[in-house]
Amino acid sequence: MTSALLTLADSRLPAGGHTHSGGVEQAIAAGIVHDPGSLATFLRRRLATSGLVAAGLAAAACGAAAERLAALDDEADARTPSPASRTASRQQGRGLVRVGRRAWPSPLWDALTDRPHHPIALGVAAGAGGLAPRDAASAAAYLSISGPATAAQRLLAMDPLTVAAVTARLSPDVDDVAERAVGELPAATDPLLDLLAEVHAARKDRFFAS
Amino acid sequence: MPPDHNLDDYVDPYAPGHRHSADGKPGPLRVGLGGPVGSGKTALAAALCRTLGAEYDLAVVTNDIYTTEDADFLRRNAVLPDDRIEAVQTGCCPHTAIRDDITANLDAVELLESRHPGLELVLVESGGDNLTASFSYGLVDAQIFVIDVAGGDKVPRKGGPGVTAADLLVVNKTDLAPMVGADLDVMRRDSAAVRNGKPTHLISLREDPSAATVAEWVREQIRARVLV
Ligand SMILES: Nc1nc2c(ncn2[C@@H]2O[C@H](COP(=O)(O)OP(=O)(O)OP(=O)(O)O)[C@@H](O)[C@H]2O)c(=O)[nH]1
Ligand SMILES: [Mg+2]
Repeated sequence: MTSALLTLADSRLPAGGHTHSGGVEQAIAAGIVHDPGSLATFLRRRLATSGLVAAGLAAAACGAAAERLAALDDEADARTPSPASRTASRQQGRGLVRVGRRAWPSPLWDALTDRPHHPIALGVAAGAGGLAPRDAASAAAYLSISGPATAAQRLLAMDPLTVAAVTARLSPDVDDVAERAVGELPAATDPLLDLLAEVHAARKDRFFAS
Repeated sequence: MPPDHNLDDYVDPYAPGHRHSADGKPGPLRVGLGGPVGSGKTALAAALCRTLGAEYDLAVVTNDIYTTEDADFLRRNAVLPDDRIEAVQTGCCPHTAIRDDITANLDAVELLESRHPGLELVLVESGGDNLTASFSYGLVDAQIFVIDVAGGDKVPRKGGPGVTAADLLVVNKTDLAPMVGADLDVMRRDSAAVRNGKPTHLISLREDPSAATVAEWVREQIRARVLV
């Protein structure tokens, strides 16, 4: 591990993450998330499904060659049934490529398409920053809950200290997911997240892009 | 391999001033329109589109807080065709989206640039915010801060980065000054005192819907850019 991992997982890295809620905005609208307990449940569920998938893809993309990256991008598509979620993932991937290129110059960036899936870009960023696949998995797993947690904090005017505590207490789960994801391409799905993403994308009145 | 970490002579090839589109040209001038809620940012964007639309190939990015109100206004007023207006979502944080993490706005600007390769001017309207709002120069080349006289003639004196550092300060709605008891001379004097020689325009979009003086300022910025 190098401190590049801290930069990569920092919510202040300007990669566009702050405009995505990972389904939380719609989960709040649907009454599913309304307090710290329901937020923790939602985050744990997201971590176990899309977080696990993202961690596996990011680990595989870390250090991968160009052809493998293209294949992994297809694998990401196949694991993301909701078109709205695919769009959100590619938007965030593009944002990460933009800052990653400048932060960690590497010929690997040129192997990516214009808008790769976020976990693929994350794996490449990790590799370019001198990190290992397990680090890439950690970053992906952590990011799958940190952004949504902040979004809930903003939308529900929750106590930021409570939200920080919820996120911190999920650390063992984040580590477990990252550990299990390396060397695998998990294919966990969650119809609820897919549904929330689709309903959200059709709305005109929303704060978040996803 | 960790990247090179000698930063002594570091020049970011993508930084403003080094930015180039595919053909090596500098790309369109990007102008930010910031300022408090309701000061007239959208009205100014519409005015600039009407006045400059025949001279320049232009487009607009809006940062509505919640709806697509501003984008819809520009469309309704037929100032610009649909494919020249992009609205971005700012995740409850209009300020972050123009200053700290400009990704969503860069995406919108780049989408417009790729859709209209001859683009010469992109206006980026921020969501209505407060006096501390300002654009990152990674997103725009120049910024206009719009306040209005209805907020009180104290506003320029209060300062804040928008008022003190914007490339152009616009004090809009001078037509309302008698109604709200605002002293325009005080606003002019206080602005000059904190702006270090940078220009301030007092205008009324109600009385001059063409925003003639602001449009001329934008023309100067475009000319200066082409000469560089
Ligand atoms: N009297 C007067 N009204 C004006 C003038 N310019 C704009 N307005 C009105 O002020 C209101 C707000 O103008 P907008 O252009 O929507 O302001 P904005 O800064 O874009 O507002 P937000 O995007 O909501 O922050 C509208 O009702 C305009 O018609 C002016 O010069 N004089
Ligand atoms: Mg507006």
